[in-house]
Amino acid sequence: MRYLPLTPQDRASMLATIGAKSADDFYADVPKTARLKAKIAGLQDHQGELAVERHMTKLAARNRAASAGPFFVGAGAYKHHVPATVDMIIQRSEFLTTYTPYQPEIAQGTLQTLFEFQTQVAALTAMDVANASMYDGSTACAEAAVMAARVTKRSKIILSGGLHPHYAAATRLLCEAQGLTVVQLPVAIDGEGELEKSVDGETACVVGQSPNVFGTVTDLSGVAKSAHEKGALLVSVFTEAVSLGLVTPPGEMGADIAAGEGQSIGNGLNFGGPYVGLFACREKLMRQMPGRLCGETVDADDQRGFVLTLSTREQHIRRDKATSNICTNSGLCALAFTAHMTLLGGRGLKQLAQLNHEAACELADALGGLKGVDLLTPRFFNEFAIRTPVDAEAVLAMLEEAGVVGGVRASRLFPNDHLGDVILVAATECTTADDIAAYAAALKEII
Amino acid sequence: MAMNTQGRPTAAPRTSAAAIETVSGSRGLLQREDLLFEIGTPETTGVDLPKPKGLKNRLGGVARKVDTGLPGLSEPQAVRHYMRLSQRNYAIDLGFFPLGSCTMKHNPRLNEKMARLPGFADIHPLQPQATVQGALQLIDELATWLKTLTGMPSVAMSPKAGAHGELCGMLAIRQALIARGEGETRKRVLVPASAHGTNPATAVQCGFIVDEIKANARGRVDMAELREKLQHTDDVAGIMLTNPNTCGLFETDIKEIADLIHKAGGYFYCDGANFNAIVGRVRPGDLGVDAMHINLHKTFSTPHGGGGPGSGPTVFSEALAPYAPVPFVTKDEDGLFRLVEHVDGDAKDSFGRMVAFHGQMGMFVRALTYMLSHGADGLKQVAEDAVLNANYVQARLKHVMTPAFEGYCMHEALFSDAFTADGIETIDIAKALIDEGYHPMTMYFPLVVHGAMLIEPTETESKAELDRFCDSLESIARRAAQGDETLKGAPYLAPAKRLDETRAARKPVLKWTRPAPESVAAE
Repeated sequence: MRYLPLTPQDRASMLATIGAKSADDFYADVPKTARLKAKIAGLQDHQGELAVERHMTKLAARNRAASAGPFFVGAGAYKHHVPATVDMIIQRSEFLTTYTPYQPEIAQGTLQTLFEFQTQVAALTAMDVANASMYDGSTACAEAAVMAARVTKRSKIILSGGLHPHYAAATRLLCEAQGLTVVQLPVAIDGEGELEKSVDGETACVVGQSPNVFGTVTDLSGVAKSAHEKGALLVSVFTEAVSLGLVTPPGEMGADIAAGEGQSIGNGLNFGGPYVGLFACREKLMRQMPGRLCGETVDADDQRGFVLTLSTREQHIRRDKATSNICTNSGLCALAFTAHMTLLGGRGLKQLAQLNHEAACELADALGGLKGVDLLTPRFFNEFAIRTPVDAEAVLAMLEEAGVVGGVRASRLFPNDHLGDVILVAATECTTADDIAAYAAALKEII
Repeated sequence: MAMNTQGRPTAAPRTSAAAIETVSGSRGLLQREDLLFEIGTPETTGVDLPKPKGLKNRLGGVARKVDTGLPGLSEPQAVRHYMRLSQRNYAIDLGFFPLGSCTMKHNPRLNEKMARLPGFADIHPLQPQATVQGALQLIDELATWLKTLTGMPSVAMSPKAGAHGELCGMLAIRQALIARGEGETRKRVLVPASAHGTNPATAVQCGFIVDEIKANARGRVDMAELREKLQHTDDVAGIMLTNPNTCGLFETDIKEIADLIHKAGGYFYCDGANFNAIVGRVRPGDLGVDAMHINLHKTFSTPHGGGGPGSGPTVFSEALAPYAPVPFVTKDEDGLFRLVEHVDGDAKDSFGRMVAFHGQMGMFVRALTYMLSHGADGLKQVAEDAVLNANYVQARLKHVMTPAFEGYCMHEALFSDAFTADGIETIDIAKALIDEGYHPMTMYFPLVVHGAMLIEPTETESKAELDRFCDSLESIARRAAQGDETLKGAPYLAPAKRLDETRAARKPVLKWTRPAPESVAAE
């Protein structure tokens, strides 16, 4: 077995040193009825690299890769180009095969990149401080809501109708388990709807999203003002991190907590994970944050260095009083994010965002110009919703036959909201003029 | 001095080891590297993008006002930045990493290669299911391995890490209690004092109250206290127990514990962080477990990545299976795989959705690749070698260090600091190991052992490597017993000396800020 260095001679000599007869001796505490005599039945035996690779390659071949042709699926995960250097960096053994930096003297590499990540996320969201990552955008959103309840000592959470329904579900689950009340506002395609009016004196936070799940961008400043007047917080959510290069970021709208998905920068689609949750807040809320924080300090020689800090918020110190149960987060995905962001720089990100926006504008013109197709999203970044005269599921199936993966049917995300004829469509810098032409031509044929 | 024929000295003269200051701040192969913000500029970029066309924007005025000002680096600068930083990290690929409870085993490169196949890495979670049948089959195959290895009938694949798996299990227990009409009354969860901090934190996240159970003198659950705590059963929701436990010991009375908790009307959550010790030899399903998370990033070798991503699939008993979260993969009669994504139909009793999308696919690919490589025969050997290696370390060190408990251990050897002289502490021993070229063991955990040192070698270490490590630790332990004060300054040979954590926490600096110009600072 290629991953096991011990030889039979090693095992025998080690057993002799220990004074045991066989490995069975070590399992003497296992109840007799639960001791397995032979290997577990029903599973195959070990295989060489070649055989394993054949099997996995066969499975992979049964999936249609996003790069294989025109592809317009978004709704919380986005097909972007990731520079080759990013993957080289995250495959460095020293980053890939190390642990959470508990021993800072031999983990300054990880710690400095986390410090740089936190600085970048704070700047992108225009917030004061950011943590060292969450699992993904949806869990970041849920943690933001429960943090708001902790900060305000109130128990009502209001979710906008433009919030990604998966984010809403994850947030509702965690909040309700903690005895909080969650108010879900009706679906709002073209703005953040009734969010501003919904705040009352019992509200811990309102959770708004821009661009929202239908792609609509909204200035949440009014919501922030109304929340603050009532002593509530604004949690500002985003699922497309590239939008931060062009669209008003949470901090400029007066958000108290920003929570979002960072996959778009540095990370592939990976069928939904692993991704990287971004989490930032105002400085005065810092000690209520969930997750790891990396901070600057000095070593015994007075040299600058970095450590995990404020760990008295965390489960391994505070146990049942911790701000969250999170332990392992998304370290390597955060590294991919910060490496890509470093290659882009602020100017590069802005340019990337402009390219995304322009691709979406051209796509919107091409599709919205078709007879019978309505563009439902008044203001957008790189994603929008269209209404088709035919059922969306049928449209998408026919598009697929024409080689175009045309987007997400809204009813997959909102099964009970009568959105059977709505499709969410995304474009990125990967979208070519030919892709757009192919989509428009195929859709014209169908309707 | 030896000279070659050109007159160039070829023998190394002896010099003193005194500190040598360099002008550059680099020290030989260890290059100085400042923060990105000190070396990059906002004008620099390492990415060539097409020029935007200058179309009229359709943001409706919702546009960013202030630029991020974030610096960029050209590609060669970026490569060096991260390369240099990487060299300040210890890693499994470099050396022995016996961090107890973390299972730092070898991460095969085949796993990385497979995870990067475009058919896995470049597919979208919401593209039509007909176009991702291979991905859904992979999830189904991995689920089958996990269910078979644990002897449990059901598995939730979406949890993102171990603690998230715990949350999954405890939310299922909560939902089962609600279904029984006892959601409001059964709130007490028993948690041993030796548990990972995530256990009590998770219980509280789910609205439960934690009731701590002491360990007995043998490092196991104190059965007398457990019985005492189960005198009243009306409020018992369940127990969260790690097995093998965090002392590296198998819970001898586990079946009786399961029976007692079931009789009390509660459920048995098992923390599967230490599954590596028993995989292929014991099935948790045979022990009365109702729910258990499995850290794919421990037992099944997906890389830890400096703190994630992990993956925490959670297996369930028949009693809890109906409450498992959405989404999950099912196979229809026509042979096609299908995702159940909403709480209705097949999933009408589900407690809901924990995350966007379907779980850590990238980790699934790696874990299945690892399982297929090892097979059922190899996985059994994994557990046996992991346990053998730990017992070997314990046997070699028990004469110079103080084993926390008598008898054989499972996959990790636990020592207390009883053998050290006054003034020498666990942290000093840990830091001295760094100078010897090793990552320290887990220190000060579990909390039930004073100055705990928890050593988990894993099965991927050779006997020679273990011997070298034991030689080093034995020598350090002797110095600690003799009160060698030089240990207090360790590490001496690492890229950084001991860091001031108190200072970091007192006035937290969590991001870089541009220093004030010197002329202003001087005023």
